[in-house]
Amino acid sequence: MHQIHQEITVTVDGISYERAVEPRTLLVHFLREDLGKVGTVVGCDTSNCGACTVLVNGQSTKSCSMLAVQADGAEVTTIQGVSDGNEWHPVQSAFKECHGLQCGYCTPGMVMSSIDLLNENPNPSEEEIREGLEGNLCRCTGYHNIVKSVQRAAEMMEGAK
Amino acid sequence: MTEVVDVGTALGRPIKRKEDARLLHGQTNWTDNIQLPGTVHMAILRSPFAHAKITKLDISGALAMPNVVAAFGAAELGDLNASVPCVWPVTDDMVAPDFPALAKDKVRHVGDAVAVVVASDARSAADALEAIVVDYEPLDAVINMEKAISADTAYVHDDKGTNTCYVYNLGGGYDEKVKEADVVVKRRFINQRLIPVFMEPRSVVAAPMGMSDEITLWSSTQVPHILRLLLALVTGVPENNLRVVAPDVGGGFGGKLQIYREEILALQLARKMGRPVKWTETRSEDMVATHHGRDQIQDIEIAAKSDGTLVGLKVDLIANMGAYLQIITPGVPLLGMFMYPGIYKMGAYDFKCTGVFTNTTPTDAYRGAGRPESTYAIERIMDELAAELGMEPMELRKKNWIKHEEFPFTTIAGLTYDTGNYELATARALELFDYEGLRAEQKQRRDSGDKVQLGIGISTFTEMCGLAPSRTLGALKYVAGGWEHCTVRVLPTGKVEVITGTSPHGQGHETAWSQIASSILGVPVEDIEVVHSDTGRAPYGMDTYGSRSLAVGGQAIKAASERLVEKAAVIAAHQLECSTSDLEYINGVFQVKGDPEKAQPLGAVAFEAFTAHNLPDGVEPTLSAEATIDPQDFSYPHGTHLAAMEVDTETGKVTLRKYVCVDDVGIQVNPMIVEGQVHGGLAQGIGQALYEGAFYDEDGQPLNANMSSYLVPGAPDLPSFITDTTCTPSTTNPLGTKGVGEAGAIASTPAIINGVVDALRHLGVTDVAMPATPMTVWKTIQAAQGGK
Amino acid sequence: MIPIAFDYKKATSVDEALAALAAGGEDAKILGGGQSLLPVLRLRLNAPSVVVDCSTIDELKGVCEDGNKVVVGAGTTHYDVIKNPMVNQSVSLLAKATASVADPQIRHRGTLGGALAHADPRADQPPVAIALDAEFSIAGPGGRRTVSAADFFIGPFETAVGPDEILVSVAFPKLDGWGSHYEKFNRTAQAWSIVGAAAAVRMDGGKIAEARIGLTNVGGTPHRATTVEQALVGASSIAEVEAACAHASDGLEAFADDDADVDYRTHLARVLTARAVAKAAGLS
Repeated sequence: MHQIHQEITVTVDGISYERAVEPRTLLVHFLREDLGKVGTVVGCDTSNCGACTVLVNGQSTKSCSMLAVQADGAEVTTIQGVSDGNEWHPVQSAFKECHGLQCGYCTPGMVMSSIDLLNENPNPSEEEIREGLEGNLCRCTGYHNIVKSVQRAAEMMEGAK
Repeated sequence: MTEVVDVGTALGRPIKRKEDARLLHGQTNWTDNIQLPGTVHMAILRSPFAHAKITKLDISGALAMPNVVAAFGAAELGDLNASVPCVWPVTDDMVAPDFPALAKDKVRHVGDAVAVVVASDARSAADALEAIVVDYEPLDAVINMEKAISADTAYVHDDKGTNTCYVYNLGGGYDEKVKEADVVVKRRFINQRLIPVFMEPRSVVAAPMGMSDEITLWSSTQVPHILRLLLALVTGVPENNLRVVAPDVGGGFGGKLQIYREEILALQLARKMGRPVKWTETRSEDMVATHHGRDQIQDIEIAAKSDGTLVGLKVDLIANMGAYLQIITPGVPLLGMFMYPGIYKMGAYDFKCTGVFTNTTPTDAYRGAGRPESTYAIERIMDELAAELGMEPMELRKKNWIKHEEFPFTTIAGLTYDTGNYELATARALELFDYEGLRAEQKQRRDSGDKVQLGIGISTFTEMCGLAPSRTLGALKYVAGGWEHCTVRVLPTGKVEVITGTSPHGQGHETAWSQIASSILGVPVEDIEVVHSDTGRAPYGMDTYGSRSLAVGGQAIKAASERLVEKAAVIAAHQLECSTSDLEYINGVFQVKGDPEKAQPLGAVAFEAFTAHNLPDGVEPTLSAEATIDPQDFSYPHGTHLAAMEVDTETGKVTLRKYVCVDDVGIQVNPMIVEGQVHGGLAQGIGQALYEGAFYDEDGQPLNANMSSYLVPGAPDLPSFITDTTCTPSTTNPLGTKGVGEAGAIASTPAIINGVVDALRHLGVTDVAMPATPMTVWKTIQAAQGGK
Repeated sequence: MIPIAFDYKKATSVDEALAALAAGGEDAKILGGGQSLLPVLRLRLNAPSVVVDCSTIDELKGVCEDGNKVVVGAGTTHYDVIKNPMVNQSVSLLAKATASVADPQIRHRGTLGGALAHADPRADQPPVAIALDAEFSIAGPGGRRTVSAADFFIGPFETAVGPDEILVSVAFPKLDGWGSHYEKFNRTAQAWSIVGAAAAVRMDGGKIAEARIGLTNVGGTPHRATTVEQALVGASSIAEVEAACAHASDGLEAFADDDADVDYRTHLARVLTARAVAKAAGLS
């Protein structure tokens, strides 16, 4: 039987967790089931939809395509860790302002990918935004207002400097 | 009567959504987030065959697996194996086979449910499925619809002796009328099978409440009220003991307008085991187990005079039901039946639809449900007729469409379109599009033999929204009504609850309904809570589908709010010692006309109604009002959509370069939300035209039933859209609204394909199959060139 | 869905990984970036007894110079390949093809070695390796050996790396000053390549002096279009390039799938090769 649990230590949204997990546990299942961080969601089983996107050591990652044991020692940021207390992250504010979400299911991943995109490229063109969000599918918005949201977030973040 | 001054502060404004704060912070309540103590998890064993006899089913291996609590096949489930209901027997002699929650002795599509395992955790349940032994005896699969209704076929349901579910006819004058025509154009269009692909996979939790007989069922559904009623009917659970909640729901597009077997199983097993039972589908499971949409063969014939005047239209459909009938499977093509004539005047219209069973996943409503299919057919064949006549496609449309001064207009299909102005929307769209400039570029590219050709696609569409007048539904043999309910309560502190029967899953009802109530009550939007999607808190409702929520549900909010003001006025007049006719109601305050010092805000009235210390005779305590609205007719949004399509003739690759749409959705409550609905609809309609299609091989194996092979458009695949609106208020409802949820999905598909064909028509191309993949387009060009 | 249960061994050195593979036997699987393996495990299409995690081996990461070669560690992520100045300077074709792989999230975790050793015919980097005559360094129980690209790719999802071996690094010849382009052709941005064409050319006096061409997904293994390479020498116009690239179908045993039948796939090979070469050569 393969029931040997592995001890891991993972920092999630600024808090360190020590847990024993089955090796087959995906990072997203660890977040949702072991830690109760259900803000990060699962939308597919083929690494396509990107709804489960989190930052691992600052880089956007599909948490369905990484084992929890691989996150041992890593710092993970989820949608539940991007605002500063009651202060919204500019990407969150911009998505609300530009109506960049409807049902909201792709939104956690879309926000995390947008944060990563703007970290890499603070002033992206429309084409760069669309390419940068290639790994995140949305079925509600047609992406039009998501693109506008990222453009708006870039302005807000530039203005904040 | 108190004069209500509608200050309109909230109505028509692009107010930011109330829903967004929680959605943007991961503080959502998706069904899969619900973790009740003692929950057991369900996993379902599904058929790998399209059509097979189950000769042996042995669940004992699963029972021996770690953490497994129980396992059931149809035999073990016994009387609890309730059937999935169909509520739309479209004809008296419709063939309606049984659709048990677990297949009994035969499986009829890949993904059909064979057994269920319950374990203390989801992964153990999944592991245990592999220990179930099933012996199948494969049977001939019925996949091709035309073959299914030929003599040479196996039967999906042996006991029925036919694969024909029903034949439906309307009209009958075409064959006589066509004698007046100079030109007849015939086409066969394949409106391919689609998968809804809402982003949140389906999920259900059924939980017995303590030791009582009550059960609460949470489900990712569009239709909690309908689900409660039908679950009660098919399982025998007393309706009063069943509460259904649709918490945050991540999209639906018709795919969650359903009573699913997994919901039945969760409920039955929760009752049997006395524990919360939970199930969440995987995406690959979703793609075979969630109902599909479209899948029609459309034989279309249109007849016209040589000057372009339409004579008549004949429609002969074969519609794929799939293996079983679900909630409104047979009715979907009939929702399109009335819309084939589109916005055009003509002398005759014949419609025939043959519903057919095949060994495929059942079909049912998907964004537009019947109307995208009809709109595709009429808008495509109008382009083909224009080509045959040598007319500009827009000129042919202008010649035949209903002129704005002709409304209300009763169409050849028998519907009365209340309002519209096709001229206005078209003029605006042409202007935004630079139609003349693009036509000039198209000519230049054709003349120079450019590898990349340009085409312009037109779609001047209308649809019917606001399902639906109950009498109409009755006439069509649908077994329920189309009304909607609202209760408005003013709490003692002056805050407001709007309790609606609609059930949003991304549409922003919490915001838009607050705006409607605010505009009448004069209470700020932020002081209004919209209560929805919980049969315990919002007991009356018919839920959300068919672009009905505003066109029907919105009217109930308006009516209930107005009734509430009437009741409040009686109390206010009593307090202010005047008659109600001396009062006017401005910005949430009752004022005595001519004496603004004498005033009482709504909150104060509500507190009086709560304490009931000094109410007028005959007025009951508490301040609430309700309304149940049955629409007098459908509403008919319309619009003009224009697509500039680039086709790389060397590779067949199609690129959408520019998309303009001008939609008339009547009065808008929140234009930001309206625009978002249009964007999303466009993406799905474009998806059908260019990318999506669920296909089977001849043995009934799905060829692309996962997200890496069923391609939905991503951000780089689409441009930004140019959208605008015109407004002719609907006269079938007091708010003047029409409905917008499906418009983009209905209109865009023919616009895209018309554009692709237009780019290639000079090469001899007269049709391009959907989805217009690079190979399909390239092969079409090759065939046309070879034929020259 | 959750994968079928397996044992997990984290390796911190190549030797440790080899030992774990030896202990795990035939059902052991190497986990690099996991971007191909994890979806396969989630769909339960594969059930390894043990997963040997090589993403934690420092030796496998990074890019270094070795004479006239650029050596990329097998565990170097796509992201790090794209961002590496030496790769961009000397093996720009690899950087361009890698930039077209999947999406940002997957490029953050997926590795060059993983993609090459997985040998999916639809993958975008194998044709670069075959076009540029990359050399593969493979470690096994008996030590290390070097395999040429021509010998590395054996069939779909099959390479020269044995079940008890591990790919350590891939060496690409420096092609400073060469033009390059990767022409990816797919149905949606997320979809795999139907066909892809990787081209690197050295220009001399406005004419193509040397060319290297690799094709994606035209057969079970990446295809080296040597006839085209020869025919391109001396070409200086689009027309000449197109004429030379008509040979892209020479020796091709194209296959049929839902996206392309044999005719169409063969046709795409010719068209896309010409486009890739024209762009690499700066012709328009």
